[in-house]
Amino acid sequence: MPAIAEETEKPNIDIDRSVGDFSYKMDYAFDAGVGLNEQTIDYICDVKKDPDWVRAFRKDGYRKFLEKPMPTHWASHDLDNIVFENIRYYLSQGVTPSRSWDDVPEEMKQTFERLGIPEQERKYLAGVEAQFDSEAAYSNIKAAVGEQGVIFVGSTEGLHKHPEIFRKWFGKVIPSSDNKFSALNSAVFSGGSFIYVPPGVKVKHPLQAYFRINAQNFGQFERTLIIADEGSEVMYMEGCTAPKFETSTLHSAVVELVALKGAKIQYVTVQNWSANVFNLVTKRGLAHEEAEIKWIDCNIGSRLTMKYPGVIMKGRKARGEVISIALANDGQHQDTGAKMIHAADETTSNIVSKSISIGTGQSTYRGLVDIPPHRKGCKNNTECDALLINTNSRTDTYPAIVARGNKNACQHEASVSKINAEQIFYMQQRGLTEGQAMSLAVNGFVNDLVREFPMEYSVELKRLIDLEMEGSVG
Amino acid sequence: MSLSIQNLTASIGDQPILKGLNLEVPKGEVHAIMGKNGSGKSTLAKIMAGHPDYTVTGGDVLMDGVSLFSMEEPDARARAGLFLAFQYPMEIPGVTIANFIRAAVQARLPEGEELEATDYYANLYAKMDALKIARAFTSRSVNEGFSGGEKKRCEILQMSMLEPKYAVLDETDSGLDIDALKIVSEGVNALRSPDRGFLVITHYQRLLDYIVPDKVHVMVDGRIALSGDKDLALELEARGYDWVTEDALATA
Repeated sequence: MPAIAEETEKPNIDIDRSVGDFSYKMDYAFDAGVGLNEQTIDYICDVKKDPDWVRAFRKDGYRKFLEKPMPTHWASHDLDNIVFENIRYYLSQGVTPSRSWDDVPEEMKQTFERLGIPEQERKYLAGVEAQFDSEAAYSNIKAAVGEQGVIFVGSTEGLHKHPEIFRKWFGKVIPSSDNKFSALNSAVFSGGSFIYVPPGVKVKHPLQAYFRINAQNFGQFERTLIIADEGSEVMYMEGCTAPKFETSTLHSAVVELVALKGAKIQYVTVQNWSANVFNLVTKRGLAHEEAEIKWIDCNIGSRLTMKYPGVIMKGRKARGEVISIALANDGQHQDTGAKMIHAADETTSNIVSKSISIGTGQSTYRGLVDIPPHRKGCKNNTECDALLINTNSRTDTYPAIVARGNKNACQHEASVSKINAEQIFYMQQRGLTEGQAMSLAVNGFVNDLVREFPMEYSVELKRLIDLEMEGSVG
Repeated sequence: MSLSIQNLTASIGDQPILKGLNLEVPKGEVHAIMGKNGSGKSTLAKIMAGHPDYTVTGGDVLMDGVSLFSMEEPDARARAGLFLAFQYPMEIPGVTIANFIRAAVQARLPEGEELEATDYYANLYAKMDALKIARAFTSRSVNEGFSGGEKKRCEILQMSMLEPKYAVLDETDSGLDIDALKIVSEGVNALRSPDRGFLVITHYQRLLDYIVPDKVHVMVDGRIALSGDKDLALELEARGYDWVTEDALATA
């Protein structure tokens, strides 16, 4: 039996400061070792019993990964500090998730219990997938939702059991060659969700995935594919945590969404990575006629996050939306934004981005809105607001709005504000500590966006902001 | 039991502002400080509250025998019972009045104790009714887009919710028309109590028609130059400040 690390046996009184900061010592049954080469990929294929086309897909992704340069000509040079040969690419206890928490290995079960997942599942979720390092330890969907024909499984099970849907869309929204990290993900992907919602089915409660990194020097490469068939609706929420290790950890996911005619997908992320995680994620959705894709993205923690959720509106009257909150604390860099590609007439997109930079934290907004000249009746609204806390903070905005042609409407607003010493003094005079005062001001700044989050997540978000602000006061 | 300012000296940078100020406000009394612009009235308020821009160079302020300066952070002084009604209350975008006051009340509870929402709102609404403040007020962001009168009423509402031992009102009458002045004054008068002392800082005698002080002090160049009863305010109104200034200089 794997041994539990001694320091985790007694309840940690500091646990509320950073709920995710603990780890268990595991003896993994499947371990691809350190470093990446063709053999690593073969090992992963063998463990997962990948069909030939997936093996070929992975090898092709690997070649593209090697070919592509680091995007440091525009992105942070911190990327050069990722040492790919020091990373472990696959760690698991087996590829088949349990349907019952009782069957989940003890350390994994304890991990997710400490993170509150089974409790949330009982309270308000339609289905849960809980990924521990490379594979899901648990995956289940409520019977009533399953009976409607909704599929909610891991990517491995998806490609094995539902190849006719999976293969049609997999890698189509985000090709392996999109960027260096989407290529890397294509080579070594494991875990993530596959969801299919049949025509007209409206999933009432959210489906949730929780991504947990437990191992040191590890790379997590989940791959999620969500297909909402005509007129259907689904909300998917993901949470992420990792313990604080001395060495860096890589999280590089690819998420593809397909909303067919009139379908609606809401994708909610609340990430709370520890400060050693490189979080380099590619997320994009394809919205057909009158379909709607909404990304609600909250980035807290990590060493460097690069994430620009996008929507390609390829059908008439499709809608795309990105609502994002990023909080860059001391030493962190949140490089986030949105991409909106108006590939059909009368398409509408909305981007609202709020960033908070604290201490030496750095926030960058990168936006791309593309409306070609022959389009008619397209609309975009972009708002980016930055809040700076203390003078070392830095914020950059790179909004690229390419609206050629004169039959479309674009609107862009940006603001930068500071929490000033007089505001903090005013709140302190009412009895709030400096940390509480800053936390209140930050919560006020993001308040209108937090209302867009599902109730349970907005409570969680407020708590995370409180913890970050308490920790940021000297 | 009093708020006792003893030989207080303070500066901003190298510039001395308070130059040995003595003043005692017994609990249950209302004292007014009057003086010309630049005499150091508002500075006194900020120094007591712990504003980081000022350095205390000597003397002490005792609140019921406890030195304010033994509490370094402004929030510790506030929780100990000192309230400052600001001349220019700050805006806090996105934070509603209800949530702001709630956080302040919560901050006064012992660690681990959670404020009961229903009790809190019952209390808040009762206090708002007493101050003739409409319910819709609570969902507005603190001071954002408020008129002068609304800002000052919001200060008084906070004071009534936080129930301080001593309240310092800094130029509460500035920016108020006569109707707003009456309403704010009624609010302050309703909070007068044997358990509370007030130090009312004002430039004009007008406010003291509505908040009638037990004592009036005149501040000149960082010191109290003259003290008297409420009639002193009327004399200042009639004669201006210059005669006090001359007297103060003559005795210095």
